[in-house]
Amino acid sequence: MSTSFAANHPTNRDQAKVMNRFDITKRMVARLKHDEAVIGGIGYTNFDLWAAGRRPQNFYMLGSMGLAVPIALGVALAQPQRKVIALEGDGSILMQLGSLATVAARGQKNLAIAIMDNGTYQITGGQPTSTEHGADIVAIARGAGITQSAWAADESAFEELIDLAIREDGPWLIGCRIDREKPVDTTERDPPRIRDQFMRGLGVKK
Amino acid sequence: MDEEPSRTWHEIVRDVLKRHQVKLITYVPDNVLRPLIEGVHADPFFTAFSCAREEEAVGIVSGAWMGGLRGIVLMQTSGFATLPNAIASLAVPFQIPVLMMVSERGTLGEFNIGQSLVARTMRPVLDCLAVEHHTMTRLDEVEFIVDRSITQAVATQAPCVFILSPLLTGGKVFAK
Repeated sequence: MSTSFAANHPTNRDQAKVMNRFDITKRMVARLKHDEAVIGGIGYTNFDLWAAGRRPQNFYMLGSMGLAVPIALGVALAQPQRKVIALEGDGSILMQLGSLATVAARGQKNLAIAIMDNGTYQITGGQPTSTEHGADIVAIARGAGITQSAWAADESAFEELIDLAIREDGPWLIGCRIDREKPVDTTERDPPRIRDQFMRGLGVKK
Repeated sequence: MDEEPSRTWHEIVRDVLKRHQVKLITYVPDNVLRPLIEGVHADPFFTAFSCAREEEAVGIVSGAWMGGLRGIVLMQTSGFATLPNAIASLAVPFQIPVLMMVSERGTLGEFNIGQSLVARTMRPVLDCLAVEHHTMTRLDEVEFIVDRSITQAVATQAPCVFILSPLLTGGKVFAK
């Protein structure tokens, strides 16, 4: 872990800047130069990933809430030379907190997790999640054993963390506080096509 | 069959998985599965580890398949009961051949009423999703069922469930 990693990041969720999901998703995608795989969790998380530009290395979930991190871990196990990023919402990761402990136990070096945390189940009407009541996903991840977990202070800190996660061994978890803007687009709901393009994007199918 | 009568069900399963390049084993532990779990941990061909939940194990095997690595999820019946959402919204619609092996509790001498009730949900769930499943009761059918069904799962891009009957494994013996 580099020294700058711990130095300039907020110690808790309250201190992190509230950013915009589509804006930081675009910033992340722009930094992916080596065909990194991205698993977009259900709902607005993957709608904005879809809107940020189609990449054959993106997988868009449609259902199975909470499984972005396990799916990303599976891809990472299959392709240890490729970096894999799980994009997941706060409501979704709260369903599968055990997967953070599994990732930590595996010590999966090529895996990073970015949590889009707006404190709500936004797609179902904005009911608060427990992060709105004080649950801190970064602290939970550290407690699960993902020691390289941090809140992004702001957009430039988010970009630095993404660069670090791509460059250095993980596993990583990046906490992102986001606003409650609607997503820019809606993912096309065609699962076989999504899976087929993803497998071609990963070089598994020709 | 009669050429190697001494092989156990779990040795046969391990060897068939190996022959089909099923290298990734994710599981939530079970007593009946223990010899298979120990067998795959002892063999460096396999990558085997436990997960916090069965859904998580299905997600990992699904991701691994898309990345080019074959895997199977091991669990018991009560764990299977947590899976309908993952099977119906991930494995089936995305056409991912998730292999699953379930140690069957809840029948033939079950002592826990919770297990006996949850076990009754398994086959109706699989049938209503049209997921291929086979209950293995005899040693001489294990190799054929697992071997042919892995081939079919991969060829048809469809999940498949192997149910280990107490008739095959001995099950879990009544404990007061």
